[in-house]
Amino acid sequence: MKILVPIKRVPDPQTNIVVKPDGTGIVEDNVKFVINPFCEIALEEALRIKEAQGEGEVVLVSIGTSDATEQLRTGLAMGADRAILVVTETMLDPARAAEALEKLVGQESPELVFLGKQAIDDDANQTGQLLAAALDWPQATFASKVEISGQDVTVTREVDGGLETIAFTLPGIITSDLRLNEPRYASLPGIMKARKKELKEIPLAELGVPAEPRVKQLKVEPPAKREAGKIVETVQELVELLHSEAKLI
Amino acid sequence: MSKNLVYIEHAHGKVQKASQVALAAANQLGGEVTAVVLGQGIDAVATEAAGLGVAKVVAIDDARLENYLADIHAKAVAQVAQAEGADNVVAAATATGKDLFPRVAHLLDAGMASEITAVNDDGSLVRPSYAGNAMATVTIETPTKVVTVRGTAFEAVQPAGSEAPVEKAELAAEVTSKMRFVEFAETKSDRPQLTEAHIVVSGGRGLKSGENFTEVLEPLVDALGAAMGASRAAVDAGFVPNDLQVGQTGKVVAPQLYVAVGISGAIQHLAGMKDSKVIVAINKDPDAPIFSITDYGLVADLFKAVPEMTEEVKKIKAG
Repeated sequence: MKILVPIKRVPDPQTNIVVKPDGTGIVEDNVKFVINPFCEIALEEALRIKEAQGEGEVVLVSIGTSDATEQLRTGLAMGADRAILVVTETMLDPARAAEALEKLVGQESPELVFLGKQAIDDDANQTGQLLAAALDWPQATFASKVEISGQDVTVTREVDGGLETIAFTLPGIITSDLRLNEPRYASLPGIMKARKKELKEIPLAELGVPAEPRVKQLKVEPPAKREAGKIVETVQELVELLHSEAKLI
Repeated sequence: MSKNLVYIEHAHGKVQKASQVALAAANQLGGEVTAVVLGQGIDAVATEAAGLGVAKVVAIDDARLENYLADIHAKAVAQVAQAEGADNVVAAATATGKDLFPRVAHLLDAGMASEITAVNDDGSLVRPSYAGNAMATVTIETPTKVVTVRGTAFEAVQPAGSEAPVEKAELAAEVTSKMRFVEFAETKSDRPQLTEAHIVVSGGRGLKSGENFTEVLEPLVDALGAAMGASRAAVDAGFVPNDLQVGQTGKVVAPQLYVAVGISGAIQHLAGMKDSKVIVAINKDPDAPIFSITDYGLVADLFKAVPEMTEEVKKIKAG
């Protein structure tokens, strides 16, 4: 089976995010960038599906500047077969990213597109669903378990208040939740092999997708700061304060 | 005057509180609010929605909508939005809202802002990004606008004491789903829902095991009448299921009181609880980052402090 796995380059989730004083974005100097953790889980699952089936192809896609080449090489070192970078200087919003992916699905004809449920930079949680709607494909978001038998896909989803299971016939879209799997590390031989794997660059304009966002960001600000309160000495004091001062118990 | 359409989520025949929050956000957008209710056998929900201060309710009662499935529900919402000429289409940013609304946005050729936390006077919207570390002010540039609303950001609308008319609509005959509902394994609990509780007690890796969640933390949870949560570290360690996770990758909560037990306070956890009204932390490490945002901090061994606290709370509750 051919699986398309879009991945996004994002700041390391352990990084302390600092908003630029002029409100145009976040400070990126000295920030380490990684594959978005949810995308990494999606890639891992795609690799496992290919391994279980003993055949197929896992094609990576990223959209961004040539900086994203680093994350694509990491994904290739994990085991993806080849990679495509849609080159744009403007960071696309989910609507435009989904449009670009729709064009690539047209070119590549995968049976499955496996994405992360959300990118931890814009936290939008839209791209997979937008792509599914554009293709009029079924979708299973927030997947915690995926079973594939022939063309039949059964997915357990993490929803509010429990686990939901849905099924569909390929082609389709799946987005990963956190507990789907534990992504592998790239091995040294994997890293060596990745250098020789194909990494094709396609300018965004060649796909006929505009970069102008449908949702315009005017500014970003740091959140309201919370001040540290007091340190109490005993449990009795704590409960007493919650009872008489905060009136919560 | 703008026309706002709000998607009403329901479970067990009742309107979800998160949808009442979405109605509150829609009221702030200005203009008229219409509620849309989808499902099978939904008269009670439609009637309840009609009492929530809306101008009217549009209900589609159809066997094809019995179970929630993203593709067909999106087509139904889009159909109603088009028939009503909606300018803004709004839902709660629940698992369903997040799953459904990007599809609705595509069908309406609309831009979408996820999980808004405020509506500014000039109509621009505020939404968190980077796990809540950067609040973005955005404008949607398309004629029709789609938004989901963070459940903790607005005060839920309450029954208005009057009832708006309920209009029945028919789902277009040719619409079908490519998805099949198999089952829903509902987590059974007598405790309040995590995202709706007034008090949340969460445990972290400091609890050391799943048994300790049961034996040490749960008595405090129940003494306080609270919901139980957990940090991602506790979930990753397999102590508790993921639906208890509070944080950027789990649920966002903002209760009156949040008690963090054995949680160091990773950025991703703080993103899920820092809007709580009062925050308490119990941790044996005085340098744990959680203490930088707590109202009351207790540096102590949780295995001693939590049972003590449970007893103290019981004493007070017993009067």
